[in-house]
Amino acid sequence: MPFLPPQASSYAGNVDALYLFLIAVTAFFSILIGALVIYFAIKYRRRSADEISEHVEESRALEIIWTVIPLGLVMVIFVWGASLYFKITRPPADAIDVYVTGKQWMWKIQHADGHREMNELHIPVGQAVRLTMASEDVIHSFYVPAFRVKRDVVPGRFSTTWFEAIRPGKYHLFCAEYCGTRHSNMIGWVYAMKPADYQAWLAGGTPGETLASAGAKLFVQQACNTCHGEQPGARGPSLSGLFGRQVHLQNGQTLIADETYIREAITNPQAKLVAGYPPIMPTFQGLVSEEGLLQLIAYVKSLSPGPSGGGAPAPAAGQSPATSSAAAPGKDVQKP
Amino acid sequence: MSAEPEVIAPPRRVDYLNVRYGVKSWLLTTDHKRIAILYLISVTFFFAIGGLMAALIRLELLTPEGDIFQSEFYNRIFTTHGVMMVFFFMIPAIPSVLGNFLIPLMIGAKDLAFPRINLLSWYLYIVGALLAFYATVHGGLDTGWTFYTPYSTVYANGWVVLTGVGVFIAGFSSILTGLNFIVTIHTMRAPGMTWGRLPLFCWSMYATGIIQILGTPVIAITLLLVVAERVFHLGIFNPAQGGDPVLYQHLFWFYSHPAVYIMILPAMAVISELITAFSRKPIFGYKFIAASSMAIAGLSFLVWGHHMFVSGQSIYAGLVFSILSFLVAVPSAIKVFNWTATMYRGSVSYQTPMLYAIGFIGLFTFGGLTGLFLASMGLDIHVHDTYFIVAHFHYIMVGGTIMAYLGGLHFWWPKISGKLYPELWSRVSAWIIFIGFNLTFFPQFILGYLGMPRRYHAYPEEFQVLNVLSTAGASILGIGYVIPLVYFFWSMRYGKDASANPWGVTGLEWQTPSPPPTENFPETPIVTNEPYDYLTAAREAAVRG
Amino acid sequence: MAEAVPTAHAEPPQFQHHFVDMAAQREASSLGMWVFLVTEVLFFGGMFTAYVVYRASFRHDFEGASNLLDIRLGAFNTAVLIMSSLTMALAVWASAAGRRKLIIPFLLATILLGSVFLGVKFLEYKQKFEHHEVPGAHFVVPEGLAKPSELFFSLYFCMTGLHALHMIIGIGLLSWLILKARRGEFTPQYNTPVDLVGLYWHFVDIVWIFLFPLLYLLGRHTL
Repeated sequence: MPFLPPQASSYAGNVDALYLFLIAVTAFFSILIGALVIYFAIKYRRRSADEISEHVEESRALEIIWTVIPLGLVMVIFVWGASLYFKITRPPADAIDVYVTGKQWMWKIQHADGHREMNELHIPVGQAVRLTMASEDVIHSFYVPAFRVKRDVVPGRFSTTWFEAIRPGKYHLFCAEYCGTRHSNMIGWVYAMKPADYQAWLAGGTPGETLASAGAKLFVQQACNTCHGEQPGARGPSLSGLFGRQVHLQNGQTLIADETYIREAITNPQAKLVAGYPPIMPTFQGLVSEEGLLQLIAYVKSLSPGPSGGGAPAPAAGQSPATSSAAAPGKDVQKP
Repeated sequence: MSAEPEVIAPPRRVDYLNVRYGVKSWLLTTDHKRIAILYLISVTFFFAIGGLMAALIRLELLTPEGDIFQSEFYNRIFTTHGVMMVFFFMIPAIPSVLGNFLIPLMIGAKDLAFPRINLLSWYLYIVGALLAFYATVHGGLDTGWTFYTPYSTVYANGWVVLTGVGVFIAGFSSILTGLNFIVTIHTMRAPGMTWGRLPLFCWSMYATGIIQILGTPVIAITLLLVVAERVFHLGIFNPAQGGDPVLYQHLFWFYSHPAVYIMILPAMAVISELITAFSRKPIFGYKFIAASSMAIAGLSFLVWGHHMFVSGQSIYAGLVFSILSFLVAVPSAIKVFNWTATMYRGSVSYQTPMLYAIGFIGLFTFGGLTGLFLASMGLDIHVHDTYFIVAHFHYIMVGGTIMAYLGGLHFWWPKISGKLYPELWSRVSAWIIFIGFNLTFFPQFILGYLGMPRRYHAYPEEFQVLNVLSTAGASILGIGYVIPLVYFFWSMRYGKDASANPWGVTGLEWQTPSPPPTENFPETPIVTNEPYDYLTAAREAAVRG
Repeated sequence: MAEAVPTAHAEPPQFQHHFVDMAAQREASSLGMWVFLVTEVLFFGGMFTAYVVYRASFRHDFEGASNLLDIRLGAFNTAVLIMSSLTMALAVWASAAGRRKLIIPFLLATILLGSVFLGVKFLEYKQKFEHHEVPGAHFVVPEGLAKPSELFFSLYFCMTGLHALHMIIGIGLLSWLILKARRGEFTPQYNTPVDLVGLYWHFVDIVWIFLFPLLYLLGRHTL
């Protein structure tokens, strides 16, 4: 259909289904009201200058009916939209990781194995991909209309989203949050490829250093290893096997270590102090770039067993502590 | 000595327009009707600036490449369009023009509760608007009217501080206007004008006032913090200094969502009056319409997070905002049904105000329903920050509010000016506006779902056809807006004189001459009828013969 | 045209003729001031919200920064402001009770106490400036704290600064009241301006009652 983008992701069809339903609802009520208004305007048009209208009894029943029916209808739409939202924002456990850095005015994309791309993202069809995104400057937004997916990339936190391409093709990538002069140029392409073609693409390019190995270098360069050195009696907690594992905090709470927790531990260590360790970790806010943070996360993930080097599926990062549920693992994040 | 008798002209009736002449008598007036005129002139000027920006936007978007303006300049154009239209036209227009003029008349009072504060409101508006205008003329700013941080506080060039201060000052104009309306409606109703007899226009303006006083201070302090951050490098919203850009969004939208109800409630206020007047029939469901106005005002403060479904706010907060956004749609639906039912078995006439009212019902219903798309969280992910959003809010603000504003101006023009506008030209321009409007904004729904983001200076080729349609519509719409400007002016000199009640409708404002005397009523009216009491009025007229 | 019928009870000269009678004018004026104070609650409320949110995120740094404020000066100021609310209330009473000779002294006392408050605030700001605790280019992160402490000070200055601005406006209003009182304008039939400025002054006091514990007393119970 010319008024829909291609349905290229696993949930695009679901989004379109709700869209078409709402078009039907809109058309129904618009036509109903429009027709009634025009019909009444014609049927009851004033025929003489001193004509008066008839008395019409007000109807409590009618008021109730046209309150309750719309109420019921919108509640149905709410549930539908909410369940769709849960689907789009919760990545499956077997998603592969891709890291995205948005900066004025380009998208820097890094695959876990080290492949780097600029304004382009190659992915295999039929494989869930989880994006972990950071911004180096202002708010951007990663938008692929064909996938029906969009997520703001907010500086100072990680943002995650996911999709699974179902059709090979070349799809628009747009920045969808105004970010300055060249906002309309911060665009690119997502290439969904058949698995064989994707393997060929992977083999063809020269992958740079993997994120994890870059992170390992940064770990030493910033002297993290002097406290997190893994030896007994070390000043800082051990990081091997940390990702995806439960952490006990000084205030008695526990959480699961995910990307957001690790990011916060680096930039605001005093926020969640680990039980049994002195509160001496300095903050690295401003000393490590957004890309550096992504590298360190990848490194820490690589110290844990798991498909993508990170055991537990990372829940959607960057959520508001003022409103997020305290019971959800790793969701106690550093900033609102 | 002449044989012919001397012809002595009858003494000219004194009204609020001719009671005193001279610039000082206008600039220092405390008469709510003159202040309304001052606002009328000012908001029209800033509407023209915003409209010029819109023309430039649509011109650039005729072609996929950004070939008329540099990106930075285009970004300043759409920012100015938003700032001018939102803060200096949409928010003040109906309240400060029609509300100011009509509320005292409708409740049988001599003026608003605080006439000098009313004048102060206008001066605050002018100072704020002129500051923003100065900024515009000297290059403007490119943050978008939403001033998202850290772009606006750290990265943007341009007149962010001056524009922010201008909007801040104009905000106090809005606050004081709302305060004045609330106190006036509470304390200055004529004897017999109970709350249950208050015209629905006043109910809606009262609800608007509630939003103005509760919401506007929050954007005032938010913009103040943005300005302070920019000037003193504070970092309250700057992540590099520990600040949170999403907190800014919460604070911004806490006002800016209720703000759109500041724009629509007064429009609904007008429509309630027009539908009953031109159906010559009591409004159907008076209590429900009044209650819906208050419900909308209350609920409007609870839904702001639906602007932030993709921002990273917690999913549970999102659920709450989504369900409440659906709830706030229901009172608006109730109003639409009641207006439609008012026409049933009425005596419907098609003068221009009614054309605008009927147009409003259609366009507001359609535009409001597109809001359901946005309240649905999973669907909003796709259409957020695309032209779908642009189309939605223009349907409500332009297809809704501006059409209601024009309908109201036409309806009350005889009362305001003492003259009749030319009916043929007014109907022609109403149709031109309706057609131009739909051609401009309907294609944008399609563009948005196809994926065209908003605030884009250049776009992929496949979006061009729809953009060309939209620009064609905008040209027609522009012509439609110019025509009333011309004939309203024309009518002031050449229009037929209007009687006190040229439409033959109920309402205290029509019981006093056109234009009214400064004190509105020679004697304080005493209200004995229910509102919109056409049947009793008709019977009484029949008895009088 | 006013429809007031001349009676033995004539309206005072300050009667505004768009009102039906003086009672209506008084009612409207009072309601107007209360509505205005509601807007002020929302105005300060935005900053209180930001403060509460950041305090929850950066508890350690906020508590540490809060402990750097001089609690004695803060407490003294709180006492001063409460006293000034007392003198203001007495001024309102004096004007309503017809005790004309007392109005100006009480107003002056209120101004004096308000000025003392502002003077102490100025001292505190000066101290902050000397200790490099003013956010911006010259801010130095205090010993033992991290960058978010700058956020505390940003909010501290914005909140107390806005409050101080309201105090200055209040003192201006009080001076205006003194001028009017000198002209003998306040009688038991008409003391609305004193009443309304009193409401405003009490409100500004209440804002401080919230500011003081939030800003000065964080984490002190652990000391």
